[in-house]
Amino acid sequence: MTTIPYAPSGAEALLDRLRRRRRIALAIPALLLVYLGYVVLAFDIPGLAQRARMENAAILLSDFLSHKVHVTRDNRSGAVSAAVEGEAKGRYPDGSYPDWVRVQGAVTTIDLGAGHVVTYDPAGARYVVPGYGTIDIAPEGGGLRLTAPLPLPDWISATDNRVSVTTAQGRFAYTRAKVETFRYFPGWELFFFTLDSPFHGKGPLELAGLVLWGERVDPARANIAAMAGDFWFNPMWRHGDVAWAIFETMLMAILGTFGAAVLSLPLAFLAARGVNPLGPARFALRRVFDFVRGVDGLIWTIILSRAWGPGPMTGALAILITDMGSFGKTFSEAVENIDEKQVEGIRSTGANGVQRARFGMLPQILPVLLSQVLYALESNTRSATVVGAIVGGGIGLLLTQAIQTQKDWEEVCYYMVLIVLMVMAMDSLSGWLRRKLIKGA
Amino acid sequence: MVDIAFGPEPGKRPDAGTPGAAYLAATRRKRLYGGVLFVFFAASMASGFLVAQERNAGGFLDGLHRLDDFPAEVLTEAWDKRANLPGLMWQNAGSLLETINIALVSTLLGVIGAGVLSLLITRGLARWPRLIGLLRRVTDALRAIPEIVIALVLIYILGGGPVPAMIAITIHTLGVLGKLFSEVAENADLRPVEGLASVGATWAQRMWFGVIPQVAPNWLSYALLRLEINLRASAILGFVGAGGIGYELKIAMQWGGGRYDQVVAIFLLLFLTIVVIDRLSDHWRHRLVKGS
Repeated sequence: MTTIPYAPSGAEALLDRLRRRRRIALAIPALLLVYLGYVVLAFDIPGLAQRARMENAAILLSDFLSHKVHVTRDNRSGAVSAAVEGEAKGRYPDGSYPDWVRVQGAVTTIDLGAGHVVTYDPAGARYVVPGYGTIDIAPEGGGLRLTAPLPLPDWISATDNRVSVTTAQGRFAYTRAKVETFRYFPGWELFFFTLDSPFHGKGPLELAGLVLWGERVDPARANIAAMAGDFWFNPMWRHGDVAWAIFETMLMAILGTFGAAVLSLPLAFLAARGVNPLGPARFALRRVFDFVRGVDGLIWTIILSRAWGPGPMTGALAILITDMGSFGKTFSEAVENIDEKQVEGIRSTGANGVQRARFGMLPQILPVLLSQVLYALESNTRSATVVGAIVGGGIGLLLTQAIQTQKDWEEVCYYMVLIVLMVMAMDSLSGWLRRKLIKGA
Repeated sequence: MVDIAFGPEPGKRPDAGTPGAAYLAATRRKRLYGGVLFVFFAASMASGFLVAQERNAGGFLDGLHRLDDFPAEVLTEAWDKRANLPGLMWQNAGSLLETINIALVSTLLGVIGAGVLSLLITRGLARWPRLIGLLRRVTDALRAIPEIVIALVLIYILGGGPVPAMIAITIHTLGVLGKLFSEVAENADLRPVEGLASVGATWAQRMWFGVIPQVAPNWLSYALLRLEINLRASAILGFVGAGGIGYELKIAMQWGGGRYDQVVAIFLLLFLTIVVIDRLSDHWRHRLVKGS
């Protein structure tokens, strides 16, 4: 009679496995921590704190949501002007000023609120800061003479040629050539109408009244047409151009995605086993797809923009080529994974190759393809922004231009909001189409 | 029965004499709709292309013969200086490593963050069910912001370098993976979670021991796919100023003729890296999906 020996080795082996697993479970987080530590050093994150310019962040955040009005006096001619953001397109018409600026002869009084008052007069300029005193500046000889309570606080910076004061109410700068005061206001300036439009400064009810029963402001046009025109061609925000840019970006995404889908479908069939009996041809086609994907959108974008120059068509073609690589691969995998029975059935009726593909294969893979194409559409809307920044088209171009000027941050904020809304809209559109077209998805 | 369904008048009944006619009519109608839809699609694509071409600097046909000019120019010059290529590739290996590091770190941080985020936005698993709606909107917003927007703003604050790109890609990865992970977690079996709850496990313990083992293969598979995408994104962000190999490529391109060997060396590095990571991620994803 044989005995069945009690085998402790089985339990031992199990425990061993558990122990090994535990070691691995501890080793992976440890490795990740070591790697992250290496990256912290490699990216010089400790040094980042010094390089970071936090005052830029403050400027950016306040500019995102506020604007300033410049009140400037040319010290040579004595002319005083007011302009939103100091830009020519935001200038108040000659002889008119915002209601917090009073010009009486050669004396200009600027009320910055909370008791802060700036006065320009022929002797120079004065800034009264409550709780501190009066900062008086007068040109003298070749430089400026500053009279202010001592010691000077750090929000006043003074040299022989320039005095600047920064308070919570605004900024003030005096040089020999001009004296300038900035007052900050919350919100985006002149978003609907610029100062030269007759509709500027009117409330929504007043505008509605003008549309419905008001006198024509411009006898040649109905009020609503004039309003739409002034809004659309607003020189500060260029709503018309921005709308075009958004349209161009969406056009790039749509043309690129659907163009790639249409062109790669036949190629995908040719690269699939079961359709194309020629092994070498299949292999070659697949390597072409791999190559196109490997070269990457960035390089395609560069090559194409050398041939066609900047613009949305170049961007669309770049997206098209990049996507053809990935669609070709996934589509041909989908074709290889179909159920052969349906193709057999079609073949038994004497159908030729194209008919077998159309009636035997396409109905099976169509839901998969459509769902992939629609997912790609959403992600390509985002890529089109980046591609646009490189090829110079669409909202990506406007965004990079606005960022490069380093002062129009409110426009950057506006474009960012628009881009996010555009991507979300495309996302819902593609989700809606997916649900409509693909049952059960 | 037919009388009940279609009424007693003979004209409204299907003609029993030709049984195929109704079917053929239905097929014809379907084809007509399909055809109309196709024509509409083709027409809108064509007109869209014409609009795009009109707003482009050069027309499609004008540029077509110039398509190979630039690659040919670059390749001939690089071929003449082919002896430099290995050296140049070695010189740029450092910036390639930076690009890979950006992609790896942002994928890693994104996966960890998205793992937590996805559990918080999954019905039945969430720690605070009332916050699901809000957190989902946050996830949508994170996903919708293109990386370039965040990167460019951060470059203004932090200066050029890899960190803006890393943060930008991480934020986007959080949004994308948060959504995908949550779709996976929705299908997880809740019985282990209930079992753990019955012995008094905390939320973190329930998730770690009850949910993560179930979803790990699918999560990893999505994470690998994301790594591939993030590598490309990190190269592109370099091109707009965020360090790494993309930045070197931009510098070499701006130099123009005379530096094309550098362009080709960078291109080769980028190409090889993308292909290798593509292959590895493909291989591992196949294994993960087959294993589950």
